[in-house]
Amino acid sequence: MCGIVGLFLKDPSLEPKLGAMLSDMLITMTDRGPDSAGIAIYSGARDGIGKITVQSADPGRDFRNLDADLHDAIGQPVLMLEKSTHAVLEVPIDQLEAARSALGHLRPAVKIMSVGDSIEIFKEVGLPRDVSARFAVSKMKGTHGIGHTRMATESAVTTMGAHPFSTGPDQCLVHNGSLSNHNAVRRELRREGMSFETENDTEVAAAFISHKLRSGESLGAAMEATLTDLDGFFTFVVGTRNGFGVVRDPIACKPAVMAETDAYVAFGSEYRALVNLPGIEDARVWEPEPATVYFWER
Amino acid sequence: MQTFDLEAQGLRALNAALHALKGQTNMTAWEVVNPRGAHAIAAGVDALVDVTVRGSTGYYCAGMNKLATIRVKGSAGPGVAENMMSGTVIIDGDASQYAGATGRGGLLVIKGNASSRCGISMKGIDIVVHGSIGHMSAFMAQSGNLVVLGDAGDALGDSLYEARIFVRGRVKSLGADCIEKEMRDEHYAALEDLLRRGEADAKARPEEFRRYGSARKLYTFNIDNASSY
Repeated sequence: MCGIVGLFLKDPSLEPKLGAMLSDMLITMTDRGPDSAGIAIYSGARDGIGKITVQSADPGRDFRNLDADLHDAIGQPVLMLEKSTHAVLEVPIDQLEAARSALGHLRPAVKIMSVGDSIEIFKEVGLPRDVSARFAVSKMKGTHGIGHTRMATESAVTTMGAHPFSTGPDQCLVHNGSLSNHNAVRRELRREGMSFETENDTEVAAAFISHKLRSGESLGAAMEATLTDLDGFFTFVVGTRNGFGVVRDPIACKPAVMAETDAYVAFGSEYRALVNLPGIEDARVWEPEPATVYFWER
Repeated sequence: MQTFDLEAQGLRALNAALHALKGQTNMTAWEVVNPRGAHAIAAGVDALVDVTVRGSTGYYCAGMNKLATIRVKGSAGPGVAENMMSGTVIIDGDASQYAGATGRGGLLVIKGNASSRCGISMKGIDIVVHGSIGHMSAFMAQSGNLVVLGDAGDALGDSLYEARIFVRGRVKSLGADCIEKEMRDEHYAALEDLLRRGEADAKARPEEFRRYGSARKLYTFNIDNASSY
């Protein structure tokens, strides 16, 4: 199964409530995916600041003095905000790559969840309610966000197997479904220089889109290409620094409901996920068409 | 009128109360408030009652319905009226995928659009959709009628048996072994009745529809081809 929720805000006055709204939607989708949960939140870029979200199975060991060690390595100030098993490291934007490679030497066991100037990703195994509480998702602010509750069918229930997957700067993807040609596509993408952390099919879809974006294609064109090159069942929700997109495979057996008002665009695997949104009674509610790309950019 | 607050009282209590009505003749009018997209609302009812759901529903609303009239004042999630046996289900908004799947009898009316696989494997149910339907609708449909005032998506009536399909708008494509057939007097009469019962007689006239059915090439054993089987 799996559950997906997404929220793209048009009304800035809702931005302080993004995390609270998204967390509520995520918990509603618990019975579609009780194995693990995750969210990507776009909290808005700040001039000159880049962010790396990292995860550790042993945060007491890995995060101790990590800011100071990274400061020594790159010679620039580093701000670290710890959240349970995750930490967000803020570095000057031009030092993102240097910081990323330094992390590999300084803390080899640490996993990188996301890199960019707006995105932060938090994901763990466990019930959506517990995962949301662990990272205090309901207190987060932002412009748009995507959440996922996982019922694993394809690879192991691990932190790294949870969604969202991020394979490019400020990019993320969540998936309901399963891909059948992911091994072949992964091999092709590896030849093109993309790297992979897991054997998961969804990570291949994320990297497929990141690779297209890196080649200069638009988000719409990259999502359109999934319809010809990826085989299997999918409803994808994709996030970029400024955008939010949805695409379903031509068979479209994985459920999807969308709602739009003047204040937001929302996605839910089921209508249940949308019932608490403000003004939902008067929203335009529809089921996205099969093999059709929808995206919104600010 | 019995009013049931689904959020306060819960789904099992609702369905237990509705199931307990079998054979009774009192408490025939029910209203369900705060459905909030919940699954299996009023599934398995087997009594001559009238149930109005005030809002949108999740999976399998009115599934297996017998005798009851169930109205949804909102949209319905996947599998509404799945395997309905008899009675009437009326959706004011849209219906998600596989509405009326495997239905054996009764009438399903969708006043908005229905998405993919509407009437898949229908076995005697009548379905009237005021809007349009998605791809693979009436796949392997065996009997009953599917009436669509709007358009139909790809592969309409694929691998069809003996169900009748009437579409007023455009059909994107016909599935394997589904063909257009002539409208004869009996079809106009049947359609007139379906439009009236489907609360669509003010919106459309039988003469505006085309009929589609099985070419009977796919499922019928043909003695002339015995050597190639």
